[in-house]
Amino acid sequence: MRPFAYERAADARSAVAARAAGAADGAGAVYLGGGTNLVDLMRLGVVSPGVLVDVTRLPSDGVEETAGGGLLIGAAMRNSDLAAHPLVRRRYPMLTQAVVAGASGQIRNMATVGGNLLQRTRCSYFQDVTKPCNKRAPGSGCPARNGDHRNLAVIGQSEACVATHPSDMAVPLAALGAVVHIEGPGGARQVPMPGLHRLPGDTPERDTVLEPGDLITAVELPPLPFAARSRYRKVRDRASFAFAVVSVAAALDVEDGMVKDCRIALGGVAHIPWRAERAESALRGSPATEAAFAQAAAEELAQATPLPHNAFKVPLARNVVVRTLLDLVEAS
Amino acid sequence: MNGEGNSGPVFADPITADIMLSVNGDEHSVAVDTRETLLDTLREHLDLIGAKKGCDHGQCGACTVLVDGRRVKSCLTLTVTVDDREITTVEGLAADGALHPMQAAFVERDAFQCGYCTPGQLCSAVAVVREVADGWPSAVTPDVSGPVSLDDDEIRERMSGNLCRCGAYVNIVAAIRQVGA
Ligand SMILES: Cc1cc2nc3c(=O)[nH]c(=O)nc-3n(C[C@H](O)[C@H](O)[C@H](O)COP(=O)(O)OP(=O)(O)OC[C@H]3O[C@@H](n4cnc5c(N)ncnc54)[C@H](O)[C@@H]3O)c2cc1C
Ligand code: SF4
Ligand code: FES
Ligand code: FES
Repeated sequence: MRPFAYERAADARSAVAARAAGAADGAGAVYLGGGTNLVDLMRLGVVSPGVLVDVTRLPSDGVEETAGGGLLIGAAMRNSDLAAHPLVRRRYPMLTQAVVAGASGQIRNMATVGGNLLQRTRCSYFQDVTKPCNKRAPGSGCPARNGDHRNLAVIGQSEACVATHPSDMAVPLAALGAVVHIEGPGGARQVPMPGLHRLPGDTPERDTVLEPGDLITAVELPPLPFAARSRYRKVRDRASFAFAVVSVAAALDVEDGMVKDCRIALGGVAHIPWRAERAESALRGSPATEAAFAQAAAEELAQATPLPHNAFKVPLARNVVVRTLLDLVEAS
Repeated sequence: MNGEGNSGPVFADPITADIMLSVNGDEHSVAVDTRETLLDTLREHLDLIGAKKGCDHGQCGACTVLVDGRRVKSCLTLTVTVDDREITTVEGLAADGALHPMQAAFVERDAFQCGYCTPGQLCSAVAVVREVADGWPSAVTPDVSGPVSLDDDEIRERMSGNLCRCGAYVNIVAAIRQVGA
């Protein structure tokens, strides 16, 4: 591992300044959250920054209520604290369920909200510096397309990259349209999910719309009363401690047997947490029945372009959407 | 990260930091390479070899220790990040020469074979009991907005970050149930 300087930032401004100073030296400076992804990738030689700016001690590490019933989550909040927070559990149960479905208790104690959103793909070629990979080494090729892609994308992938975004937490955040607060060298701005992450296109080295030096300071959950009835369902190869093969976050507002409103997002299927907008609009105003759910899920997945070894994800995702929506109806 | 962080020379001099590390109630003054993980500092500098290196990638749990009472993977924790924290390793669980109740339960229930994973299992188990007492939900908690209790499903789910190659799981669950339920 390349030697690096370590700095601990006390607030967002000084974090951005410390990162900029490191970058100006040509050292390659990055933010350090819990380190559960970054330290591993440094050890594997996938990234080799010369400066780490520790942002786990920023003051924004808790949950605040916003006007209208939403929540503002500090980017430095640990995943386990987010999942255990009483207001998150009550107002957005799918978010708690998604966080506790990810990684292990030890890793959730370390991982931060900001770092979770920016964790990198688990594509095995990306993590293996002896292999080509367009995301790690632009222009070197994508061995996954004709190789091991069972766990990779079925929607929105490109010729250049078929990776998936591995975060569970990001899936309900995409469903909620959570707003990511950013402080950068050019000032502050906000990006609503799922717009933080981007499809690979021909620049798969860029996971997100963030510019170098952009710091995530908070994630705002908009008020959404019907999300009190929401659910995250994760399908994986083991009962626990495994990344999603396919996952679904859904919230459902049913009145008199009709879907008034709904939110659906899919994990494990794309380079981004995939907001199922087609399914949502098909469902609004339709009966809350299995047939309608199946029809809506099919409409969403009609745009899938799976690869030979992951075609099973398409019917799997369809079935998981239907099952999750039915669970929500039955729970009401 | 968008390709950031890859510029500059790869071979440069190590950068060290002089820090105080509080482990099991003792203060240690150590000069650590910024790249050093807590696991390596404990084992190589402080001669605390209870925490084990199973994978060095956060996948096995053998390196689990407590930082301010919370369980973490010491193989992914940079030592420089915990200079102002209170670290507890398996060596620090026993008090006044008496085994911690969790250690006693592991012995009584025969919750290990080779013992390689055991220090990590113990630290994790001690933290699990506290997480449940604090009301933290898990992936198998039926209603995450409600109360939680420690049944066998909950123990298995909460301990899933600690692997045991000897397969002592059945007795590990029994030991934790004895202490925590
Ligand atoms: C064995 C194992 C199993 C796992 N299983 C799962 C799983 O099932 N589901 C799942 O969702 N995840 C899983 N994870 C991934 C884990 O959730 C992530 O590693 C973690 O969330 C990353 O958070 P962190 O704070 O440790 O980030 P770090 O590793 O510190 O950083 C990750 C990236 O974010 C950047 N960064 C950090 N904070 C900020 C900020 N505030 N602003 C801007 N940039 C920032 C860093 O520069 C880095 O590029 C697993 C990890 C391991 C090791
Ligand atoms: S899918 Fe993307 S991350 Fe994986 S090898 Fe291809 S380019 Fe690299
Ligand atoms: S050595 Fe840390 S988890 Fe395996
Ligand atoms: S007792 Fe041997 S690995 Fe667990």
